[in-house]
Amino acid sequence: MAGKVKWVTDIEKSVLINNFEKRGWIQVAENEDWNFYWMSVQTIRNVFSVETGYRLSDDQIVNHFPNHYELTRKDLMVKNIKRYRKELEKEGSPLAEKDENGKYIYLDFVPVTFMLPADYNLFVEEFRKNPSSTWIMKPCGKAQGKGIFLINKLSQIKKWSRDSKTSSFVSQSSKEAYVISLYINNPLLIGGKKFDLRLYVLVSTYRPLRCYMYKLGFCRFCTVKYTPSTSELDNMFVHLTNVAIQKHGDDYNHIHGGKWTVSNLRLYLESTRGKEVTNKLFDEIHWIIVQSLKAVAVNASPSLTSSTANDRILKYNLINDTLNIAVPNGEIPDCKWNKSPPKEVLGNYEVLYDEEMAQSDGTDRDLRGRPGQSTGVKGSRARDSGKPVLTTWK
Amino acid sequence: ELKLCSDCTHIISCTVSSVKIINPLYSRLYRSFLFFVSLHKPEIKLESLKEDIKDFLKTSGWEKKLQNAVYSELNVFPSPCHPAAPPEHIKEPLAYMRKAQGSWEKRILKSLNSMCTELNIPLAQKRPANEQKELLNKWNEMGTDEPDLSLFRPVYAPKDFLEVLMNLRNPNYENGEQPSFRNHLGLIQVPLKVKDIPELKEGFSELGLNIGQLGIDDSAQVPPEFFENEHVRVGQKVLAEQDSAAAQQYVRQGCPTALRADLWALILNISNQPEDILYYEQLKSNVIQHNLLVDSLIYKDVKLTASNDDYYFVFEDYLYQVLLCFSRDTSVLEHFAYSSATPPKSYIQGKLGMEEYAVYYPPNVNYNSFILSVAPLCFLYHEPSKLYQIFREMYVRFFFRLHSISSHPSGIVSLCLLFETLLQTHLPQLFYHLREIGAQPLRISFKWMVRAFSGYLATDQLLLLWDRILGYNSLEILAGNRIIFTKHVKSAVLADLSTLKVMPLLQIFLFATVT
Repeated sequence: MAGKVKWVTDIEKSVLINNFEKRGWIQVAENEDWNFYWMSVQTIRNVFSVETGYRLSDDQIVNHFPNHYELTRKDLMVKNIKRYRKELEKEGSPLAEKDENGKYIYLDFVPVTFMLPADYNLFVEEFRKNPSSTWIMKPCGKAQGKGIFLINKLSQIKKWSRDSKTSSFVSQSSKEAYVISLYINNPLLIGGKKFDLRLYVLVSTYRPLRCYMYKLGFCRFCTVKYTPSTSELDNMFVHLTNVAIQKHGDDYNHIHGGKWTVSNLRLYLESTRGKEVTNKLFDEIHWIIVQSLKAVAVNASPSLTSSTANDRILKYNLINDTLNIAVPNGEIPDCKWNKSPPKEVLGNYEVLYDEEMAQSDGTDRDLRGRPGQSTGVKGSRARDSGKPVLTTWK
Repeated sequence: ELKLCSDCTHIISCTVSSVKIINPLYSRLYRSFLFFVSLHKPEIKLESLKEDIKDFLKTSGWEKKLQNAVYSELNVFPSPCHPAAPPEHIKEPLAYMRKAQGSWEKRILKSLNSMCTELNIPLAQKRPANEQKELLNKWNEMGTDEPDLSLFRPVYAPKDFLEVLMNLRNPNYENGEQPSFRNHLGLIQVPLKVKDIPELKEGFSELGLNIGQLGIDDSAQVPPEFFENEHVRVGQKVLAEQDSAAAQQYVRQGCPTALRADLWALILNISNQPEDILYYEQLKSNVIQHNLLVDSLIYKDVKLTASNDDYYFVFEDYLYQVLLCFSRDTSVLEHFAYSSATPPKSYIQGKLGMEEYAVYYPPNVNYNSFILSVAPLCFLYHEPSKLYQIFREMYVRFFFRLHSISSHPSGIVSLCLLFETLLQTHLPQLFYHLREIGAQPLRISFKWMVRAFSGYLATDQLLLLWDRILGYNSLEILAGNRIIFTKHVKSAVLADLSTLKVMPLLQIFLFATVT
């Protein structure tokens, strides 16, 4: 019973529109009565901004949480993690335990990072402890690899110094803010090349936290062999894996786009390094995701532009599964929805963490269930079975 | 002491001398034994020497190593035949097959030579010093090179090879029948003996419905306690025992991903000793010093195939490192003793006819088929010399049979015939239908089989298939597997074939089809 879901979008992408149309949903205009609005980042900002925003009614859903930028903007993300860790420490949570060197045992997943220009002096102090290290500078508000560069000398970032005489007006605007992190110069290489992971995570609710990981994530490879040599610090094709950058390299291949599926990665790692190590790796990845979400709130738009035919198919299916979970049975949204979707609708998603189920099990948090320490708890073995697994880390 | 040593030597020699393959192991064994002797000098007595050596062989693990070496050779070398049989008969017993292979080789060589003349490039030449230096620097990233390869063309295409196979005739065969629709349906027209389903069932009994398999019984829906966990445990035990024969039996049910690399190495008897690494380095320096025409052909083929493959593009650079060395590896020449093929010879420019300047070419100059048989191995081995040895061993045991004309049951001719026969017998309607629409099934299947399915299956499925090739020491499973895919060609969208699970379908075809 009920009419069809009315949808709007301001992003003209076929992977979205085809999915809406195949469900027989009705396209409406922004100013009309809509149930589902797939918004671009700008629109989200407007909808949720204090001045121009408006309240969503009970039968409306959008594709981002209001504070999504807490996760996308690098400086906010870092702040949130640092704050989260301190909070846990204050509560005396076992998760915040530190080792004898003062490093967090379970929450150490961000390299040493500073905000510039705000923390410039702290950064310099750290830099001097290890003058031969390399650091990576990333603009806070940009994506797709724009504006990123590596440094190994203080002189290269003079202009971010707070008392720099070169800028009479120290711009605190968020556009010029950067984060600087210790560069990890011994990444795992496959075929001699550096790669990163593009994973899709759907968060359907924050309280309680319910999130899903898409099984078909992928790895993006650099086209050029990796070298930590300082002479190649400027060569972005060696260090940055974003497709947007790699696309402009000479060797970029338009058939496979320099990507591997995550299952390929798993096969390779299991074959060359063994199953325990591989399982540990994936457990830790899942752990980081869940902890990051807990530390924060949400993230902005992944690229919906498809670079290859395979890519298009992947994103179409991704949106399809996403909609199945977010708008179950194609019913008109109701803010009172609160139950976990049945496993049949998950498609290629699997449950990453379901707080409700975790807490209803009643057992107290025993840290030995934390992934990476083998316990035999099926909890984080999310990939192995098709069943929705309770990632409880009990 | 001197006397003791020479007696030891004598006894060791008697014990192990008969098989030539022991020779490479011999010096290692001998050194190992001398070390043992130096530790236990006072206890060794001449009277008990023989027993002591036997004990030594057992406790040091050498007995196992020797067993593995012998077992390995048994897998590779053909069974002894009549003492009066000339060497050609070991290569290939049927004269008409030998003749066909000979003509095919001549044709390839002619094509190669004419390419040389046309392009004015010698088959082989020494590289100038600066070029050598450059290549050495680029050794790990030859994929970034962009030489002009537009003038090079593959020496032959798979369909050319298929044409030759289709035209094979046994001049001694006269079955007295009028040519009828019944016996001229398939493309292969030679009367080789191939297995039928009952024989396949017997030969591949471990794939039976009541036996656990990886690729079937480790799927997400099956609890691992039923089969997977125990199978993994057994696999670990086999590896601990370092027993080749046991490993070969074990992998018939599939390898757990984490154990596969070691199990294959055990079956192929590859242990990556220092001398093996040295050998590989030597090959590498040969590559640096001399330029072969086929190098450009390899380059071109890698660029066309592996670089565009969804799975294998990552390993492009390894492929050059393996294939360029392979084309210079004279130890590969040994396999010609049991292959119907004979290597073409060429000479370094200006040294025609001088044997020490002869360069042998591997028989298959169309590297299209090769390349993709190296690539899956990159998922298992990332150390170049080990990867190289595994590939070389796979080639001289299995893959060479896909590129030469012979009557061997794992040879490409037999596989084609097996495929057509199985299809015609068990899926006759599909067979006739495909012929009707002008799509002779073998034409499509040929390309798959000649590459051992590499490039057509998802890597994890391919590796499960190759587990069985190693386990059964036979390529027949490729023909059986092609039946399944032919069956699905109508129902599945071609792009989705990559998601088909190989082992369940194979099992059903062999063991659950009504005959």
